[in-house]
Amino acid sequence: MADGILGRLSVDSLAILHVFKDPTVNNMVDSGAAGLVVIGTVLGVLILTVTGLWGRLFREWLFSVDHKKIGIMYIVLALIMLARGIAEGVVMRWNQSAALGGGPLDPDHVGQLFSTHGTIMIFFVAMPMIFGMMNLVVPLQIGARDMAFPVLNQISLGLTAAGAALLMISLVVGEFTTGGWTAYPPFTGAVFSPGVGPDYWIWAILISGLGSTLSGLNFAVTIYKERTPGMTLMRMPLFTWTALVTSILVVFALPPLTACAAMLALDRYLDFHFFTNDLGGNMMIYANLFWMFGHPEVYILILPAYGVFSEISATYSAKRVYGYESLVGATLCIAVVSFMVWVHHFFTMGNSATLNAAFGIATLLISIPTGVKVYDWMATLYRGRIRMSVPIIYLVGFFFLFVIGGLSGVMLANPTIDYQVHNSLFLVAHFHNVIIPGVLFGILAGIHYWFPKYFGFRLSEGLGKLTAYLWIIGFSVTFFPLYGLGLMGMPRRSASYQDPSYEPLMQVAFYGSLIVLLAFLMVAVTIIYSIFNRHRLSVPLGDPWDGRTLEWWTPAPPPPWNFSAPPPVSEIDAFAAAKESGDAYVPVTKYEPIEMPHSTPIGFIVLFCTTLIGFALTWWIWWLALAGVVILATAVIGRSFGAGGEIVISAEEVAAQDARWRDMARYQVGVTRDDETSSSNIGRAAPDIVAAE
Amino acid sequence: MTTHLYPGLNLGEAHGEDHERSETVVFGFWVFLMSDLIFFGMLFATYLVMRDSTAGGPGPKELFDLTSVSLQTAALLFSSLTCGMATLAMKHDEKGDSPVVPRSVGLWLVVTLCFGLMFLFFEIRDFLEMFAAGSTPMRSGWMSAFTALVGLHGLHITVGLIWIMVLINQIEMKSLEGVIKRRVMIWALYWHFLDIIWIGIFSVVFLGGML
Repeated sequence: MADGILGRLSVDSLAILHVFKDPTVNNMVDSGAAGLVVIGTVLGVLILTVTGLWGRLFREWLFSVDHKKIGIMYIVLALIMLARGIAEGVVMRWNQSAALGGGPLDPDHVGQLFSTHGTIMIFFVAMPMIFGMMNLVVPLQIGARDMAFPVLNQISLGLTAAGAALLMISLVVGEFTTGGWTAYPPFTGAVFSPGVGPDYWIWAILISGLGSTLSGLNFAVTIYKERTPGMTLMRMPLFTWTALVTSILVVFALPPLTACAAMLALDRYLDFHFFTNDLGGNMMIYANLFWMFGHPEVYILILPAYGVFSEISATYSAKRVYGYESLVGATLCIAVVSFMVWVHHFFTMGNSATLNAAFGIATLLISIPTGVKVYDWMATLYRGRIRMSVPIIYLVGFFFLFVIGGLSGVMLANPTIDYQVHNSLFLVAHFHNVIIPGVLFGILAGIHYWFPKYFGFRLSEGLGKLTAYLWIIGFSVTFFPLYGLGLMGMPRRSASYQDPSYEPLMQVAFYGSLIVLLAFLMVAVTIIYSIFNRHRLSVPLGDPWDGRTLEWWTPAPPPPWNFSAPPPVSEIDAFAAAKESGDAYVPVTKYEPIEMPHSTPIGFIVLFCTTLIGFALTWWIWWLALAGVVILATAVIGRSFGAGGEIVISAEEVAAQDARWRDMARYQVGVTRDDETSSSNIGRAAPDIVAAE
Repeated sequence: MTTHLYPGLNLGEAHGEDHERSETVVFGFWVFLMSDLIFFGMLFATYLVMRDSTAGGPGPKELFDLTSVSLQTAALLFSSLTCGMATLAMKHDEKGDSPVVPRSVGLWLVVTLCFGLMFLFFEIRDFLEMFAAGSTPMRSGWMSAFTALVGLHGLHITVGLIWIMVLINQIEMKSLEGVIKRRVMIWALYWHFLDIIWIGIFSVVFLGGML
């Protein structure tokens, strides 16, 4: 073990300097990426200083406990990490397109690339996206004022951001693991990977995993306890249903990940023998624990996306979702079966044929409830008043592409086929084919759908459509060739290959990845363009799409307390019913004073301390880690001695704000669905033709 | 003095919101305990898989001191009893519907703390003896799994003891009347939970190891 006040940290650890010592292409990419992180950080600091926005950033955002702001911060974090994840994907495609007989990048660098790419995309893009969207939407959909535990919510964000920060730091200081996002020992043990790479992975996963667990807890309790009167479980919007089931999965599926990552840490730091090759270690325990988390994780990510598809298919075809009960039932079935399929991730690792067959059958079974959902969404569209808006384009893209991905999953569920294609690019094609058209399309559709609610203006429809088509094309061109390459026998994660027949398809995939990059840039362009045109796109009255669920029953953006009076609910789609009967915007006669929680710096303290602890432990700077723990414990315990207290907003103020919105909405002439995307849409929907049920 | 025949906390007639809030917070803590239970479950499973992975080193029969383990078990069970007495006192010893926590609660919690410290003392002593005899967690997969499972429980106990010291302090301060009963209740849930985990460890690890 290194002594010294900085542990094993030295000047050599700074990746940005590598290129100056040895200017190879490999080091240019390495140092360039590190440089980008540094430049990005410096630029961010400069912009904040020049514009004088530091105070506002802290007061109104980082210290806020408002679920809407926390949700936005989650999504911003996810988009930043997505930029890095996609950039890495493109670099890998570029490297492999030129890897016949050895690519421009070192094998070690390739290893770090696919490890960070996977870790970032799952834990720091998909998870924050899901939690961000749940934060934004769930409290509004159930008519709640905020989360059950607003401060805990802020702490969860802090923990997630700390994990992401460690990933970013690893790009600049030291290296990341080469053991893949699953970090299988014994390769990631101290014997084969003595460096800091796996340690960065471990602490990023443990810290952000704790944040996810607490978020799951928070959402489960919020949905169970904070619903507005009248909203029974079977009247909840479907996005809230999927959020509830995802939360339950998080609460039960994250502990195995925490357990196996903690055991790996014990192996590496204290010379324990859980997963070592000698003295009774058994790495199969790791594989089992990891995938006991890993498989439910897939459904943690995709269920909220299914929820988004349920919402948009109903709203954009102007009718109630088809088969509400079957969609709820299918969600619950998926949740239960998702815990019984984990062995299919390692069919080839020495299980008996009987065991493989059992898990193969369970895996095949899970496609049934998913199929039910797809048919329900199609039946929702059937004879609906469909507008081919951006979310529906994503939905249609999802129908075509996701079904292909699902079917390749059904193929992989058969152990005999799995033996042929495991660890090949076929598998890479399969899981990208379910995660991108499934999770990512769902999230992008959701962002387009709910964006006006939180910012008060719509996103540009034209640019949004272009972006959606680019995603669909980019995905197809990048990943369909990988199915072929996998069947031709090309292993995943290859730094180089000798078979020239791989090369043409590899190059097609590389060009496809450039389209994906363009699609991502178009997301940014869409948002920036819409910000500049926000007056033309503004929808202050809050209901631009003729929404059906409670979140649309508020101004856009909603007041900090969401609902000025608890919205009455007596059926599914309560807002649609209220609009139909004409009393959606009638004045409320009685208002009560509203109590709101204070802002607090605790989440930011948690972010700072846990990043410090993770970094210090990675580099064996024990005193710093101890200092971080002491500061954190002092802050948490110290906080518990405070009496708390709340800000009270008087009934008069609530009434004034609410009445102004209701009056405006009541006297405003609504727009029909034909003019939905024109500037005359300011968020008041006119009654439209009624579609057949 | 009023009689309280219903289960649960007395939070006073005029505290409707406290009631509602307590329900939410206590439910949230139950969810946390379920998640923590899965975490322990994973370590139990790992321990059982690694039961025979002693790699030629000493096993349960050579290492376990059942007298000490029984003492620890007794200390922990008694601490759960006194912890239960504390929550009963919180309900029945109070004057009227006053939100002030009765003095007897603090006393029972101090007794609980003492039993907890006694448990921890014997547990740490046993570990140190094993390590001194050369059976460290670095010796074998089985010792690693044993140390992790029993150690995780010990770590939970340590956190629980720090937590109860903070709570005893806050009861004395008397300035947190709105929330202190709920905090004691949650801590009690946590403490009983650790007791149940210990019964699992006692049966599976210690008794199971001696068979």
